Amino acid sequence: MTEHNEIILAIETSCDETAAAVVQGGTELLSNVVATQMDIHQKFGGVVPEVASRHHIEQMTAVLEQAMDEADVTFDDIDAVAVTQGPGLVGALLVGVNAAKAVAYAHDLPLIGVHHIAGHIYANRLQQPFEFPLLSLVVSGGHTELIYMNEHGDYQLIGETRDDAAGEAYDKVAKALELPYPGGPQIDQLAQSGEDTYQFPRSYLEEGSYDFSFSGLKTAVINKLHQKRQKNEPIDRENVAASFQASVIDVLVNKTYQAALEHNVKQLIVAGGVSANQSLRARLQEKFEGSGIELYIPPLYLCTDNAAMIGAAASIQYHQGDFAGLDLNANPGLMME
Amino acid sequence: MNVLAIDTSNQPMSVAVLKEGILAAELTINMKRNHSIQVMPAVDYVMNQADLKPKDLQLIAIAEGPGSYTGLRIGMSSAKSLAWSLDIPIVALSSLKVLAAQVTDQHKLIAPFFDARRGNVYAGLYERTNTGIETIQFDRNVEMTDWLKTLKEMNRDVIITSSTSHQFTDEIYDTLGKNVRLIDSVLQYPKASMLAYLAMSEEPISVHALAPQYHRMVEAESKWLEKRQKER
Repeated sequence: MTEHNEIILAIETSCDETAAAVVQGGTELLSNVVATQMDIHQKFGGVVPEVASRHHIEQMTAVLEQAMDEADVTFDDIDAVAVTQGPGLVGALLVGVNAAKAVAYAHDLPLIGVHHIAGHIYANRLQQPFEFPLLSLVVSGGHTELIYMNEHGDYQLIGETRDDAAGEAYDKVAKALELPYPGGPQIDQLAQSGEDTYQFPRSYLEEGSYDFSFSGLKTAVINKLHQKRQKNEPIDRENVAASFQASVIDVLVNKTYQAALEHNVKQLIVAGGVSANQSLRARLQEKFEGSGIELYIPPLYLCTDNAAMIGAAASIQYHQGDFAGLDLNANPGLMME
Repeated sequence: MNVLAIDTSNQPMSVAVLKEGILAAELTINMKRNHSIQVMPAVDYVMNQADLKPKDLQLIAIAEGPGSYTGLRIGMSSAKSLAWSLDIPIVALSSLKVLAAQVTDQHKLIAPFFDARRGNVYAGLYERTNTGIETIQFDRNVEMTDWLKTLKEMNRDVIITSSTSHQFTDEIYDTLGKNVRLIDSVLQYPKASMLAYLAMSEEPISVHALAPQYHRMVEAESKWLEKRQKER
């Protein structure tokens, strides 16, 4: 392989998806295998860490084999092994980290520890080249962050949630509405046929801040539902969903737009599971139309957790010589810098 | 046969390599630290000492549990991934059986156990015969009081051994009296070399399907089952 066409075998097990992928040159997807546990955790109403870890260990090597087979590569073709080091559920991360270390050791390959969020951002690079500076909005069940990038591998956090992640607020409101897990897509679906009649608060925090806060909104929705139930008033679930969603998306879209303008970026890149949300996608498109800023939202299969994105992010580290030793450990609270 | 064996089921971690069926190197670390950091460097170390490359390996042996859930998965993920990526067979053995096999007395019951907290233990019953170490009762998660009653009912001499510190010494002597010999845990660290020796005469199993033997359901699962049974 030429130096810029390196082939990376990547692993991701930070939450409830056991995933492996083969990525060439950081941009080309040779395979992308995801064994999801969503059905398993549904009956518990959320991800149970020990259950997730048990499933990861059962799936890991089969998923790796499938990724290699689908990419039609052997270990002779692989130039490095990459794995999500954190953040995530520690027991889940450990399965992937130890698998990656063993494979790297067995075939004397360099090992790359990747930040999960860097992966979500770099999922976009499998679709189109990055142009700097760029801004990335990362929204998922565990994250709500605005990250500014001047060059590859350079991540500057300019805003983050101070309490619940956007996806977490979705799940909690869904639970209050007695919708099955995972709640995000359910609320999005209901909201499509509802209207913003409740006018829940929008939390913009202090002037100039790019931080987020969704716990006040979540509480407002839960209190409203509680009141209605106590008074035996009917609950229009479509309108509750639409009102909640409108509040979340107003704040996300407006803050992101402000930050993009202030930092004079060329691209806005959306990443993470919540970027699958139809209304968020539509509102961002509307807002950035004619702004001169290119908006990229990955296709759905790259929004949720996958290993292709880890391989894409690892490519940058590969060229920077940013390798890990065999003492690489899972780091559930890994920071971005 | 060149065999690499890994046991990370409890606080003592042991890694060993046999070269042509003979112990070449073994490393045991008994520190309250993360096995995830230590296990692959330990593998690298014993392999270097044995002057072997990964491709020289012919068999992987892994202690499948019972033990610490996280510890088991660290070893199992490493072992499965080594066996799969090197395309060599893998053998998984009970962590308790390995401990029992370290007792050399013949024709006596050997009862290894690990503390499973709140009065519970992971325990199994073994016996060394002329042909090797035999399983008398399968590994289980059980209250120590009940387990000692079971042992007493067998009305035979029994050797009890554990590689982890525990508070059951008095209870063991009270229940089993002069029929019992309790091996001090400082004399009984799990040796991956024993795991490797035992593995050589076992049938390999399919690597993908392999999972640790936890001997305990996840609490969320048992609660869910209980709730479902009540609803019926």
